[in-house]
Amino acid sequence: MDFDLTEDQKEIKRTARDLLAARSPWEAVRSAAEGGAYDPALWRELGELGWPGIAVAEEHGGQGLGAVELAVLLEELGYACAATPFLSTAAAAAAIQAAGTDEQRARFLPGLASGEQTAGIGTPELAADADGAAVIVLLADDGARVLAGADADVSPFEAIDPTRRFGRVAGEGEPLGDNGASGAATDRVRAAIAAEVVGVAQRALDMTLAYVKDRKQFGVPVGSFQAVSHRCAQMLFGTETARSASYYAAWAADADPERFGEAAALAAAAAADGGRDVTASAIQAHGGIGFTWEADVHWLYKRAQLDAALLGGSGRHRARLARIGAARVAGQPAVA
Amino acid sequence: MDLTFNEREIAFRDELRAWLAANWDPDSPVPEGEDEQYAFRRDWQRRLADGGWASVHWPVEYGGRGASLTESAIFFEELGRAGTPLAANVLGLLLAGPTIMFWGTQEQKDRYLNPIVTAEEIWCQGFSEPEAGSDLAALKTHAVKDGDDWVVTGQKVWTSGAQHSKWCMLVARTDREAPKHKGLTYFILDMEQDAVQVRPLRQITGEAEFNELFIEEARIPDANVLGGVGNGWKVALTTLMNERAGLGFFLQVRLRQLLDAVFAEASARGLLDDPVVADKLGELHLKAEIIRLTAYRGLTATEKYGQPGPEGSLTKWMWSEANQQLTQFAADLLGPAALESGTPWAYELLRARGNSIEGGTTEILKNIVAERVLGLPKAR
Repeated sequence: MDFDLTEDQKEIKRTARDLLAARSPWEAVRSAAEGGAYDPALWRELGELGWPGIAVAEEHGGQGLGAVELAVLLEELGYACAATPFLSTAAAAAAIQAAGTDEQRARFLPGLASGEQTAGIGTPELAADADGAAVIVLLADDGARVLAGADADVSPFEAIDPTRRFGRVAGEGEPLGDNGASGAATDRVRAAIAAEVVGVAQRALDMTLAYVKDRKQFGVPVGSFQAVSHRCAQMLFGTETARSASYYAAWAADADPERFGEAAALAAAAAADGGRDVTASAIQAHGGIGFTWEADVHWLYKRAQLDAALLGGSGRHRARLARIGAARVAGQPAVA
Repeated sequence: MDLTFNEREIAFRDELRAWLAANWDPDSPVPEGEDEQYAFRRDWQRRLADGGWASVHWPVEYGGRGASLTESAIFFEELGRAGTPLAANVLGLLLAGPTIMFWGTQEQKDRYLNPIVTAEEIWCQGFSEPEAGSDLAALKTHAVKDGDDWVVTGQKVWTSGAQHSKWCMLVARTDREAPKHKGLTYFILDMEQDAVQVRPLRQITGEAEFNELFIEEARIPDANVLGGVGNGWKVALTTLMNERAGLGFFLQVRLRQLLDAVFAEASARGLLDDPVVADKLGELHLKAEIIRLTAYRGLTATEKYGQPGPEGSLTKWMWSEANQQLTQFAADLLGPAALESGTPWAYELLRARGNSIEGGTTEILKNIVAERVLGLPKAR
């Protein structure tokens, strides 16, 4: 039993934290959000580092690492609230790598792994980074589909989160994989989204701690009031809840396929709720300033809202967990 | 990251399972009545001790198995899964023993440790007082030196198992001039003397797990000071640090079993597909799993770095909240049947209210998280 990142994984995390702090500070996120466009130089740099293909096999131009390494990177991209097509591209690539046919892998993975092409993920109603994508992975509980960008009709969807591009997607595409493994592909994408949310929540907590230690009222830091400090403790609760589930899902994705469905549902439900609760709390703890466009906490709140929407909300995952729990008590294999 | 048990851990688990299969009958009736139940737990501990399973987490030199933290967790998980009671002398095994191993003299170790394991001598914990709950260092019970003895007077409260105990881990003030955290001394108090009166505290469940202790000029030989005069706060911290070690895994499994029972109740009523019921069941399933996962994260951190990370402060809070939600939901699901006095669900509902108070209130846990984990200024 070793429920901790390896030294290599921690090193990836530190490197990503430092690089994104330098290359994607709040000014850059704000500039991308207000300008309505990603910074192509940042994306190029991530591609040169090989990050989009971190969970893609070397034969397809990837790094040949796994879902945990992908989760570690996504946590840091979330922490930076970076405005890039990284989540959709890396998660789609990981899903195609894990569940795609040989033909699908050969067709899509090299371009995605290098960052020369990008991918979209989501549903017809809401897909991230679908416009201009080489491939879109459409998620459904009973199986994912892949749709070549050229065959997709994407109409823009202006979401409340302007740090990411969204669209509505029309187009059929084809099943991802050919052996019913694509339910697991959807779960891989959801586990990836959950990992990003962990970083979003951690950033919201860190910003809030810095603020309430600094902001004085009645002559003392507001963080010394229990009404505020207990809210912060609750934010840690929500963040660590999501992190426990997210790491578990990332581990199970590669190491324990039998339990991966349950793990992904845990991660999705914990992240959808935890991300929204923690970032909402960050706004509240910042007081009036937290409600302004000038303060940066709202980017995190909006990202958490859209990530929760990409996850399909939390209720469907609780319903799935209830089915899994019921099957376990009845001594039957889980149908979910 | 590897969330599977290693070979050594699996061997430990399999050996324990085999022993439990041969020594614990899950259908054996637990007797009615508090005294009878206590006797049952005492017998159970003797059986554990005979098999070498009573003190798995103790070092081999003190008669334990030198189990790792993960093995201790497995031990409690397996006992919980098998549905056994806790050993009678749980406070001796988890608190007094490790405190004596750390601070005790050789004579004290020789004298006290073995009877803890065999349940021959039961221990209780005399820390809290009516005026010193969360603010433990404000305790007023005091001891003055009289020849080779200390003479102790004061009152303790929430003393679990005092009526069965031979010894009490007693913290008393020995220097009233010193600052409140200094001036304290940790004693081993003999409960078998008239100067110590035990009065049961009836809980909202109707039973009496806890007691008040009235101590009126009780005598403690100087040899029963543990860890030195004036050093009581540090010694008490050793005890408190051990308070939830391992036990959390027992509670976590019990939560899971209770949840399985709720699933069964929902199933029996044909309500598994009811969306409101399913949503609640899914949420409780989520919480039970998160507690298990977070507890394992804390375990890994402690094994690798000597102390848990930020997540380590959260599991008791998570567990108490989940257990309260679970029992409240069961009452909704079962209706009046869950509120009939003397029934298991009614007991669980009421007993759960204590979860967020015992062993550190949730409010105090939040303060600890805020100050020690998040680095916020001391709360006001």
